[in-house]
Amino acid sequence: MAGSAPILEMTGITKTFPGVKALSDVTLTVRRGDVHAICGENGAGKSTLMKVLSGVHPHGSYDGTIRFNGAEVTFNNIRDSEHAGIVIIHQELALIPELSIAENIFLGNEETRRGAIDWVKTNNRARDLLARVGLAEDPETPIKNIGVGKQQLVEIAKALAKDVQLLILDEPTAALNEEDSRHLLDLIRGLQGKGITSIMISHKLNEIEAIADAITIIRDGQTVETLDVREGAVDEDRIIRGMVGRSLESRFPDHTPEIGEVMFEVKGWTVAHPQVPDRLVAKQSDFFVRRGEIVGFAGLMGSGRTELMRSIFGHSYGTWLGGEMTLNGTRVDLRSVPAAIDAGIGYVTEDRKSLGLNLLDDIKTTTVSAKLKKIAHNLVIDRRAEHSAADDYRKQLRTKTPSVDYDVAKLSGGNQQKVVLAKWLFTDPDLLILDEPTRGIDVGAKYEIYGIIQRLASQGKGVIVVSSELPELLGLSDRIYTISEGRITGVLDKGHADQESLMRLMTKTSTTPKDAA
Amino acid sequence: MNKLKEIFGGDTRQFGMIFALVFLIVLFQVLTDGLTLDPGNVINIFQGNSYILVMAIGMVLVIIAGHIDLSVGSVAAFAGIVVAIAMRDWGIPWPVGILLGLAIGALVGAWQGFWVAVVGIPAFIVTLAGMLIFRGANQYVGKSNTVPVGEGFQTIGAGYLPEVGPNTGYNNLTVLIGILVCAAIIGGTLRNRRNQAKIGAELEDGMVMWIRLALISVAILAVAMLMASGRPGTSLPISALILGALVLLYGFISTRTIIGRHIYAVGGNRHAAELSGVRSKRVNFLVMMNMSILASLAGMMFVARSNASGPFDGVGWELDAIAAVFIGGAAVTGGVGTVVGAVIGGLVMAVLNNGLQLLGVGADMTQIIKGLVLLTAVAFDVYNKSQGRRSLTGLMMQNFGGRATKETAETVKQES
Repeated sequence: MAGSAPILEMTGITKTFPGVKALSDVTLTVRRGDVHAICGENGAGKSTLMKVLSGVHPHGSYDGTIRFNGAEVTFNNIRDSEHAGIVIIHQELALIPELSIAENIFLGNEETRRGAIDWVKTNNRARDLLARVGLAEDPETPIKNIGVGKQQLVEIAKALAKDVQLLILDEPTAALNEEDSRHLLDLIRGLQGKGITSIMISHKLNEIEAIADAITIIRDGQTVETLDVREGAVDEDRIIRGMVGRSLESRFPDHTPEIGEVMFEVKGWTVAHPQVPDRLVAKQSDFFVRRGEIVGFAGLMGSGRTELMRSIFGHSYGTWLGGEMTLNGTRVDLRSVPAAIDAGIGYVTEDRKSLGLNLLDDIKTTTVSAKLKKIAHNLVIDRRAEHSAADDYRKQLRTKTPSVDYDVAKLSGGNQQKVVLAKWLFTDPDLLILDEPTRGIDVGAKYEIYGIIQRLASQGKGVIVVSSELPELLGLSDRIYTISEGRITGVLDKGHADQESLMRLMTKTSTTPKDAA
Repeated sequence: MNKLKEIFGGDTRQFGMIFALVFLIVLFQVLTDGLTLDPGNVINIFQGNSYILVMAIGMVLVIIAGHIDLSVGSVAAFAGIVVAIAMRDWGIPWPVGILLGLAIGALVGAWQGFWVAVVGIPAFIVTLAGMLIFRGANQYVGKSNTVPVGEGFQTIGAGYLPEVGPNTGYNNLTVLIGILVCAAIIGGTLRNRRNQAKIGAELEDGMVMWIRLALISVAILAVAMLMASGRPGTSLPISALILGALVLLYGFISTRTIIGRHIYAVGGNRHAAELSGVRSKRVNFLVMMNMSILASLAGMMFVARSNASGPFDGVGWELDAIAAVFIGGAAVTGGVGTVVGAVIGGLVMAVLNNGLQLLGVGADMTQIIKGLVLLTAVAFDVYNKSQGRRSLTGLMMQNFGGRATKETAETVKQES
């Protein structure tokens, strides 16, 4: 390897936004054929660096030089960089749900004959590309009919269609379950054998440890170090130390649970899909939460965990068919979100940007948005009360922002999540449901959010955490329910649960033949 | 920045529009040899456009919530004809006629709100249907005839403030209102500043604030004096007074009340709003209903001004109202816009219309120019944003101590 020149050398990259220095003299060298991981906390500058590389930030808007395949390059837009063989796959997939797999693969890059689309060639080439990424689907299947894991593979096929030499993957497994993630990582390794170099941004350190040949760590817009895995194994703790500039003793804060009586109980909860009435997304679900207890919910994507939680939260998903709910000893019937909030239930949604935030709002507006009554007199908002309430939570949760007048869209993922948490803490919930509370958030912020969750439990509130990351559930929960196909398949106490036992229960299918098509 | 936001409404495009408005006034003043700022003409601009601006207030809320209303012209005409006939045939007094008109607006609005909010049909379709239905209803009820209205009723469209107190050569009430408005703005700004200081928020430069306040006060007093010095018997038009009251009322509702917050929340991200406990159906219903009530009021103001209700009243008004809202800085995607901005946008169109008329430009060219102005106003800003540069209006704003805040938000919204 020593002989071949690096495929990519970025030197002295400095990028300034009005008032913020996002990157400062960053250097990144990627060897040909490597899987090169980039690690750093959210807001460290990873995405900005990739945007500089792919031409989203055009040449001239930054300082420094980029050499690709030994020659200096100046990209003015994504087309330029794709032309050179650099393709970026963003965290949020850029596929059109209504179009077919083949149409998506060749979108903007259509196979034409005399100006008209050549469908035979399109579908044939698509089939070849799908075979290369190991996806056995008909190229004419609409994207909306395949799962997120497969969509991610289509994205890679799309990159391959562009003769990619350097593939940049931004959090490729963030939305995938374990199995799909494993498949994707295998694929990336397979591409490596075919001469495709990859840059991978990920917060999942175990994946980086498993797959990366080299790791560059960025902190506060600067390159901290590049670790060469070939010269010696690099473990997660080593990476974390580089990312946060200190070593985290433990991934979870110390917490001694003080568990009281049952404060919330659900029995026989049954919910149908909103569009497909005979498809049940929750079947006769029974569970309970005690005071001071953190209850985990584990399930694969599509198992119905989010659907169950949203249905409990004021019937905000699907058609409720039956079941009862007891909160603090009284039967309650909460058929709307406002009723649920008034009763003391809060729900932190899984998809921060599309369900949790109005990205046009600033921090203070967001903080108070779920309970405006609390800062209003006769329907008129008291802006002083609003400001001071938001500022209190900013301090309590240590949200990093110049002020609460700052737009939430400009915050990093971890800080956005803190604002969402502030919004729900502001409603004084008795029971707080958190759906994927740390998705796409860096290690340091995760630790703080775990601390906030534990503090809530210590105050005697009930907490439900839904998560795809089993280590997170195992580290945080006092008790874990597993869900599969809309059914609760088991419950394990902290001491008795491990990844394998959970996975077994999460993949347990019902004995009755497919009643949920 | 917050005070700037509160006074001018907070969007960068609006600042551009204030400059455009001043520029247009100066330009036409020069081109028409001073006719533009003639007292009679200023009064005329307000009187002749108040009804459009009243609709723009309702329209901006509809657009912030992420909808559109194409039926306002027809609804205005329908309310106008029913009220005119009711007053003529049943002999009801004119104040009752006005209440009747508002009630008709509420009914029509409830009808449209039902389809939009409860059934979930896009407002574009519902109000396109409403445009046909209520135009037809106007012509059916009025048998396509013109129905005159009495003198009392004409006050709301053609009336002026009375002469009160000593003869100063000016209309005293108009001058008094001008002074009161200035005092209210200065007092409000200072109070806000005190509150901001108490909560430790970032304060804008005091100098900048005073310069701005001075500019605003001079502008308001100048307009008031102009109107007060017109032909005897004329002064601040009642229709402008109604408009001013509505701007204050709806400006307050949109920025300071729970329902106002909810309108922005539903337009900004409906799902997030619903999961935060906002009853989006109710918000949509109220916004649509409110629009029809204001459209009815606008219809009555127009009937009052033209002394009669006719079968073709209100044709094309929806476009003027929508144009005003977008020139005033609202976003097509919802969640962005302000009441003050919409009114300024409407005034830009009004001054443009008036100036071209004074210059003797024909209706054909006027329409072309208005269309181009709408397009360039919005395109210019969108282009600058898409280039990642600060928009020119944003730069102008910077000199006034502000910084562009909504730009990034909008870009993010487009991306996601």
